[in-house]
Formats: sequence, C-alpha cells, structure tokens
Amino acid sequence: MTQAMERQGADAPVVQPTHRSGRPWPVEFFSTAIGKKWVMAVTGLGLMGFVFAHMVGNLKMFLGPEEFDAYAEALKTLLYPIIPETGVLWIFRFGLIVMFGLHITSAYQLTRMNHRARPVKYQSPRDYIAANFAARTMRWTGIIVGLYLLFHLADMTWGLLDPEFVKGAAYNNLVTSLKRPPVAAIYIAANLALGIHLFHGGWSMFQSLGLNSPRYNNARKAFAAGFAIVVAGMNCFFPIAVLTGIVSN
Amino acid sequence: MSKMLNLNLKVWRQSGPDDSGHFEEYTTTVADDASFLEMLDYVNEQLIADNKEPIAFDHDCREGICGSCGLMINGQAHGPQKGTATCQLHMRKFEDGANIVIEPWRAAAFPIIKDLAVNRAAFDRIIESGGYITVNTGAAQDANEIPVPKDAADAAMDAAACIGCGACVAACPNSAGNLFTAAKIQHLNLLPQGQAERFQRTVTMVDTMEEFFGSCTNYGECQEACPKEISIDFIAMMNRDYVKSMLVNRRRLGERKIG
Repeated sequence: MTQAMERQGADAPVVQPTHRSGRPWPVEFFSTAIGKKWVMAVTGLGLMGFVFAHMVGNLKMFLGPEEFDAYAEALKTLLYPIIPETGVLWIFRFGLIVMFGLHITSAYQLTRMNHRARPVKYQSPRDYIAANFAARTMRWTGIIVGLYLLFHLADMTWGLLDPEFVKGAAYNNLVTSLKRPPVAAIYIAANLALGIHLFHGGWSMFQSLGLNSPRYNNARKAFAAGFAIVVAGMNCFFPIAVLTGIVSN
Repeated sequence: MSKMLNLNLKVWRQSGPDDSGHFEEYTTTVADDASFLEMLDYVNEQLIADNKEPIAFDHDCREGICGSCGLMINGQAHGPQKGTATCQLHMRKFEDGANIVIEPWRAAAFPIIKDLAVNRAAFDRIIESGGYITVNTGAAQDANEIPVPKDAADAAMDAAACIGCGACVAACPNSAGNLFTAAKIQHLNLLPQGQAERFQRTVTMVDTMEEFFGSCTNYGECQEACPKEISIDFIAMMNRDYVKSMLVNRRRLGERKIG
C-alpha cells in the first residue's frame, strides 16, 4: 500500500540535519529565519525610536536659530561632566550603527533565502489580496532610506554637499541646504519612502516578536499608520517650511 | 436550471520533474453547477478521446477535507472564492467566456511531479520532526480527566483545521511555510497534552521548515488563500514560542555538566 502510494520521480529535497552543538545560543538564534525576523523587529523598534526623537528634536527649528543651535550643542554635552563631551552622542551613534548593521544584514540574508525558496516564478500574473504596496516594496523603500541616510549625513553632518556649510552652525546649515529645491525634493521623496517603510514595519514587528492578542490586535495597524504619518509627515514638512520661508535665516 | 459556460483554459503542462514545461490552451463547455475539478475531468475525457495525454492534477475526497487538491487559478491559490479548496470551487463563480489560467504550486520545496501535481513531502518532514505528543499506552483515560479551557480547545481546533494543502506556501510571495508549521505546532502547544514537548517541538519543526521554505514577511497572503481560513495569529504564537524556547528549553537541563 505504502509503496503503491510512493511517487516516482520528483523527490522532495533531503533534510540535512543541522549541527548546532557548541555554538552560543544567540548565534544559533540569529542563524534561523525567525531569529533574524526577531532581530529585525527589535532593531526596527530601536530605529523607530531614533526617527521619532530626531523628528521631535527638529521641531526646535520653529523656535528660531538660538533654540535650535542650543539643542544641537546640548546633544554633544549630554550628561556632561559625568561623561566626557560627545561621549553619550557617540554611544548613541554606535548603537545606531549596530542596529542599522543588524537590520540590513538580516534583510539581505532573508531576501536571499526567499529567492532561493522559489527559483521558478509563477508564469502567469499573480493576484495579491492581502499584500499591500508597503509590504511588497519593503526592500526598495529600505534601500532608498539607506541611501538617503548617507546623503543626509554627507549633507548635514559632514558638510560635503553644501558649499555654504559651516561646522557647528546647525540652523544655518539646515536652511542653506534645504532652500535648494532639488535637495528639498530628495528629502521629501526619501521621507515618503520612510513613511511607507514604517507603515508595514510598524505593524509587522508585532507579529515577528509574537506580540499578538485580541486585546490589542486592532491597535497594531493603527499604531503603524499613525506613527508613519506623524514621522514622515513632519519630516516632509521641514523642507517645505524652509522653501516657503516659514523657517529662514 | 443550470447554465452552460464556454471557457478558455490556459493550463500548465509539464511531462516530468526535469521538463521545462509550457502553457497549453484548451476550450471547453461545462454546466455552471460543475465543480472546478469536474470541469478538468471533462477536459481530460476529451483529451483521452483525442488520444492525447490527460492533465495530471492531485485530488482525492473532493469535499474539502483531504488537502490533496490545489491549483493556482488566475493567480490565486484555490481560485477566487475565499475559504474554499479547489474541489469545492464551482464554475458558477466564473462568467461565460471566461479566461482561466491554471498553474501548479510553485516553490523549491514543492517540486512538480507532472503538469499540475506537486510533491508536498516537505510538509511530512515537518510533521515527522515534532507533530506528536507523549501519552501512556493502555486504555485511554477518561476525557474529562484533563481540564481544557473552552477557548484553548476552540483555538486548537481552529489550528487543527489545517488540511496541509500547501496553499499558504503557494500564495506567499516568499514561499514561506510558516502558516502550515504554525498551525501544526499550535494545535498541540495550545493544549495540556502538548505541553511536555512544547518547546522542543517548536524548535525542531521550525528548524525543519527552514530547511525547505522561505521566511515570513507578514504579507498576510497565506490566511487569505487558506481554505480553512487559519489566522496568521498562529504564526505570532509560533514566533513567541520559538523565542521562549531559546530561554526556557527544558532540553537544556540535560546538558548541565555535573562535577
């Protein structure tokens, strides 16, 4: 009976037993897809905290150059004199680099895994029902935000792109950079991509972390949408404010 | 009174696992109260009468409970009707003169055997690795001996409704098997009888799944395609049990070195 039911020809791939003994459990955990998704969720949450704080801090620009520059200076002297000048800032920077590194590494490895899982695509058009635009473009919005991050650092931190850049004059640098319409356009486009990325990521992280309960399931998508709109909306408003002269030097 | 439908079919034909395969077009006329598989039966009878090779497709019970059938119909796993396996889909869901494209499930873990039939043995490997519980042999104990909360029993039954058809993998843009694996893990993990192996089961079944399938990106396509409408909530439960297993795995106690 069993033999009669055996199928000739196409065999399923043979399972290779995994040899995991000896490796520390965090390494073991990160080697699995669920572990990588968990890391993506945790680092994503940390980066969401960063973009939110960054957006709130930038609201200082509406209070004028003194307030804004004082805020920029205060970031350098956080917890001073307990910790040396820029010490806390570098701890934050190091944390951000680690979080970006892990987030991007996980995304790359999971994407490779997913491409391997379907070597032959569907030969007829797919009809998606649940997967929305944000979910299907996560890889692209992620790459756009990553490239934009480098542009933003080169523009506002390193001062490589703005001929009028003066180190330390944060408010002045902001205005001279964003009053150029092509630069403002890049900021707006990239922040729309960030908003789309946050719209799926802000919900998806709950699933990856296993945070699921009928008590708050409905609030998860609302949180993601609200967070994406507030952060991306305000970030898009900053260059518009400079272009329209609401913020000027 | 049933209506007759003229249909234009585009069906994937592949002579064997190593053939590259191609679409072939057929026309047929069936009554709108025929099921989708009966429609394919008519096409096959015509093909046999013409001395041609009939279309191979998987089917068995034809009442939506065995999980054998499964076709990609116009880009949707199990076709346009929600919560329905291909066998329970009826032609009245299609218009007269409709164009219908039929493809097999596509995933590295589901190699095509012939035409529309794929090998879903990877699912069996996942079940084998942890889909069991520890029970004493001998006479079954009285059912009321083990208290089970009604809500847990209902949730476990929802997960246990999985028929293993593979639509979740087929519908997933990543070919992930998370919905199947989560359902098979959670229908045991939710019940008292499944607690003994709870974390070991989660680890072995997830690890086996990852040998074959892609990863979950929370698209939600799988629960839309699932003929049993199994929720992705079970995937979240599986994720949490997997993370917990890293911290509380009872197998670890045995690894402790003494002296």
